Amino acid sequence: MKTMLKSITAAVALSVAADAAMAQEEVVVYHWFEYLPQSLIDKFTAETGIKVTMDTYDSNEAMLANLKAGAMGTYDVAVPGDYMVDIMVGEGMLDTIAAGELSNMGNIEDKWVNVSFDDGRKHSIPYQWGSTSFAVNKDVHPGNVHNTDLLFNPPASLSGKINMLDSQGDVMALAALHMGIPQCSNDRAQLKALNAMLQGAKQHWASFNSDTTKDLLVSGDAAVSMIWNGYSAKARAEGANIEYAYPEQGFLVWMDNVVLLKDAPNRANALKFMDFLLVPENIAQVSNYAQYAAGVKNVGPLLGEELRTSPESNPRDGAPAAFVQACDAQTQVVYDQIWTNLKK
Amino acid sequence: MAGANIKSGIATDTYAKERYWLLLPSWAVLLIFIVVPVAIMMVYSFLTKEFRGGVIWEFSMAAYDQFFFDRGLFGDEPAKIEWTYLNIYWRSIWQAGLATIFSLAIGFPTAYFIATRDAKVRPIWVFLITIPYWVNLLIRTVSMKFLLRDNGPLNSFLQMLEVIEEPLHIINTNLAVQLGLFYSYLPFMVLPIYAAIERYNFSLSEAAADLYASKWQTLRYVILPTVKPGVIAGCILVFVPSMGAFLAPDLLGGAKNFMIGSLIEEQFKGNAGNWPFGAAASMILLTMVLIILMVFSRQQSKAQEA
Repeated sequence: MKTMLKSITAAVALSVAADAAMAQEEVVVYHWFEYLPQSLIDKFTAETGIKVTMDTYDSNEAMLANLKAGAMGTYDVAVPGDYMVDIMVGEGMLDTIAAGELSNMGNIEDKWVNVSFDDGRKHSIPYQWGSTSFAVNKDVHPGNVHNTDLLFNPPASLSGKINMLDSQGDVMALAALHMGIPQCSNDRAQLKALNAMLQGAKQHWASFNSDTTKDLLVSGDAAVSMIWNGYSAKARAEGANIEYAYPEQGFLVWMDNVVLLKDAPNRANALKFMDFLLVPENIAQVSNYAQYAAGVKNVGPLLGEELRTSPESNPRDGAPAAFVQACDAQTQVVYDQIWTNLKK
Repeated sequence: MAGANIKSGIATDTYAKERYWLLLPSWAVLLIFIVVPVAIMMVYSFLTKEFRGGVIWEFSMAAYDQFFFDRGLFGDEPAKIEWTYLNIYWRSIWQAGLATIFSLAIGFPTAYFIATRDAKVRPIWVFLITIPYWVNLLIRTVSMKFLLRDNGPLNSFLQMLEVIEEPLHIINTNLAVQLGLFYSYLPFMVLPIYAAIERYNFSLSEAAADLYASKWQTLRYVILPTVKPGVIAGCILVFVPSMGAFLAPDLLGGAKNFMIGSLIEEQFKGNAGNWPFGAAASMILLTMVLIILMVFSRQQSKAQEA
């Protein structure tokens, strides 16, 4: 027993010593998967000597749930979408960036400074923005693609070949645009109609999937899939004969934002990281990697030719765009019920 | 058997003093990783939900009410019995039951085959059974998806052999979910049955044959009763995780229908953010599993008495 105690003490002492030797400045990032190129992480570490530690998530809601379940104080920055910034502000999870703390704050494009989810950018900076709509296989459906009927009331040729994003917020918002009703409406007749419309549309859908939308289109397993514009561009680059739709009823825009979390263990490094991402040359690398637009001035000329000119990053004139709204508690309960009905 | 008892008797005496100390790690593991989490879940299922995840520390039966009673889309109609969640549970039990039957049908002969090989090569066969399971379950399930799809390798192969003309539509059906569950949990069936058959004394089969028992009668009245504990262990090991599985239903079944696992996941990771309901659904699942296990063990002890 005594020898065991001794060896345990020795082991503990050793590991403490090792930790001290490796002590290094770091920033802990909670981020979406496949969204930050390794080359840029290396560049940041080379410039600042700060090590980047990253965990990833696959939905805004998963990120929120994990932070709420006790991960606050672990991470310095996270990258929530527009409506989730709103929610996190409401939950008191975000720290305030004081004026002057970010030297590159002036680089943010004017139209992204006073945004509905963070007026005046007190807690967040733009990361990437893009749209959520759907892509259609032109071999299967050569006609006009710019109509949400292809998802919710499709012709026989597409029925059973449709993949929807497995995301309540996106599906419900697009469904509301399709029906021409306001998002998060609490009008009973409209909610009932929304429920009935989705129930009728479900028979045409093959699957709900968010992670492999690109592969579904490239392999031809799905003829229509809801998809983010960057993924659609990638699918096309990989040989899928698809067209990205800007429906006349409307499509969804989103913006991911880097936020400073409350109780950040490395607050100063987090600010350096945010400043780094506001430099056009740096954020352009993310855009070229992820195929989405940055919210920073003077990025345009640094983007690849394909990204600047691709139909996925240049919305069709006359197609209305809308952010997904976060519903109030009462409406959200009904939305949950509709979603459960859809998947029961 | 008697020899084993004497041996363990000596062992107990040798460590009589340290016994409780030595048991401490296992007790600690059970307490920290099973009792505490289940207790937290139980408490949470009786709390009030906080909007967008989290709980308010006020007692509430709302989660269980939501599970069992249907009050319409807006929650103000007279309560009816809620079939939605019961149907989800029934579907999961049915799927898990089928997966168990398929695994048993393939797993038993496989285990029998391995156990009847030469003692030297048996470890190799067991090793071969476990190799695919060194790969992460998620990766295996995604690979399965690519194998099964309409213009995937399986269909191309069958079309090349001219067995079929049109591709078989397997992906996004219940059959695909079945194949996924069966493939995921097959070794959990094979290994316990193998362990049981390996201990089986094959001279009993010879004795049965000497007494003019047919091969079927030998299997039914001699082998099966002897290896029954292994079969039951295998069935439980396949059935219980299949019931809570969500990878196979999501990736292979197209996530069109909730299973118990994905329903619970949605409460924590989805928009609903309804932690008490997720906890209540887990408690109901836990209760069901306990009841099933109790029925199993009661039958087993009855069989032993007889």
